[in-house]
Amino acid sequence: MSVLKILIADDEAPARNRMRDLLTDIENVAVVAEAKNGKEAIDLAQQTKPDLLLLDIRMPLMDGIEAAQHAQKLEPKPHIIFTTAFDAYAVKAFDLNAIDYLLKPIRLDRLQTAINKAHALKPKQLDALRPLQKIRTHLSIHERGRVLLVPVETIIYLRAELKYITVRTAEREYLVEESLTHLETEFGERFIRLHRNCLVAPQFISGYEKRLNQDNEQQWVAILKGIPETIAISRRQQHLVRES
Amino acid sequence: MRKNSRLPNLHNLGIHLRILLIVNLLAVMAAILLSNQLNEFFPLLAQLSALVQPILLLSMLGLYGLYPILKQLKYWQGIIAIVVLEIAFISLVYLFINRLFAFDSTTEIYRAYLLTAIVTGIVLYYFYLQERAYSPAIAEARLQALQARIRPHFLFNSINAVLSLIRSQPKRAETALEDMADLFRVLMSENRDLVPLAQEIGLCHQYLDLEKLRLEDRLKISWQIDDMPSDAIIPPLILQPLLENAVYHGIEPMPEGGEIIVKIYTKHKELHIIINNPYASQSNHHTGNKMALKNIKERLKLHFDLESSVKTEAKNNRYEVHIRIPFGI
Repeated sequence: MSVLKILIADDEAPARNRMRDLLTDIENVAVVAEAKNGKEAIDLAQQTKPDLLLLDIRMPLMDGIEAAQHAQKLEPKPHIIFTTAFDAYAVKAFDLNAIDYLLKPIRLDRLQTAINKAHALKPKQLDALRPLQKIRTHLSIHERGRVLLVPVETIIYLRAELKYITVRTAEREYLVEESLTHLETEFGERFIRLHRNCLVAPQFISGYEKRLNQDNEQQWVAILKGIPETIAISRRQQHLVRES
Repeated sequence: MRKNSRLPNLHNLGIHLRILLIVNLLAVMAAILLSNQLNEFFPLLAQLSALVQPILLLSMLGLYGLYPILKQLKYWQGIIAIVVLEIAFISLVYLFINRLFAFDSTTEIYRAYLLTAIVTGIVLYYFYLQERAYSPAIAEARLQALQARIRPHFLFNSINAVLSLIRSQPKRAETALEDMADLFRVLMSENRDLVPLAQEIGLCHQYLDLEKLRLEDRLKISWQIDDMPSDAIIPPLILQPLLENAVYHGIEPMPEGGEIIVKIYTKHKELHIIINNPYASQSNHHTGNKMALKNIKERLKLHFDLESSVKTEAKNNRYEVHIRIPFGI
């Protein structure tokens, strides 16, 4: 029987220690990494390629449920077991979707059973958990076999291209396969729609200017902080310029 | 009548304000009843007022002065004492008016006694009902302590942390369990009587030691309590639930943790307690219940009426609770 590689994610050191202690009593497992939050878990998972993620639900920066969603893009896709001390809503959601979870303090025999039957989550099951957390803190981007996590607060604009969405931060561009409408509903508080195909974070807009476009027509554009590109504003959204 | 009823705190301005309002409202009602036309109303009210205000003033001063003695009595004894006092006060006022204006009002005096007894009864019954309305807050404090204030989240995570210590650091595990026992003893007790501030601070230290076990360096706390009067008495569990809120909403969602600032000082015969913690408005952290804060407000109101206040403010990514309670009663 091959050794099951495990990654532990919990923001509390004593909880991680306890989990490691318990795992020493279980055969054929090895702890390959320990993470303090969901983001660290995803980053470490790419380096260590664990077979199983033990994810605490309440963690700063990125919680366990969001981490589990991003983990669906990892290759190979790890099994996931959630751990929680007390999250009434979460536990209810797990019960409904028959997702494996362990209640802290964790008992050795429960852990053993869960590991024996460790199975991968289906994305559908994870979607059902979405209401728990309002909005994602990061977008996960698949790039050359790696998963990159882009913090939502660093995104300047999201622009719909033919098949993809361009995600622009001060450093660079990323491509992500999602729908702009979906992103607008999720992050509506953070971005405004300046154009049919573009959502912009208002705090990165430094001003507005009238410029000539390719068809030699006058058009308002938004000037952005930190990057040279400008975003054309559609006629319908021009009231935003006046209001600013 | 319930066993635990108490006389209103006659050293409290809010209580006197209410007495003033109720009695004057009754005087207005009397004037309305006595006047046949509207133009008779104001002269009648003035007439009644001339009699009512001196009685009120004398009562309030007298009751204020005698409150330390009245407080010692049983509730029913206190009621009788107050009614007797009021009748004595009204006799005094009548005597004085008779001397001063030399008109004969002896025929009215028994009617006045009866009226006094009724008005006193109405006022005392009002305070009795008011106390009953707020008392559930105290009973609830106990329940909530187990259900919401000591969050299950905290309980189970703490047990988990202690479990992690048992193998490696049994001494620390021992201390942690002792702290937990002390904390829960207070939370499960009848929280009716006021406690010295120093005792509440002690409890907070035990609570924070437990949280430190879990959160380690992420939890920093700065006590600015050099000017604190440690013998001040406050309702129990005012500070601890607020610290728990501060940890839950201010420290746990931050990857690097943060600092909670506790400031306690006295100013103008008032005790000020300020708790200030980091606060990320955009965090995905569960928006917690406002139960603890609501319960504290209700209990302070019950103990101090209008003389206490609880203010909250969120600015510059920090959240602050400011409690003001009278000091030296």
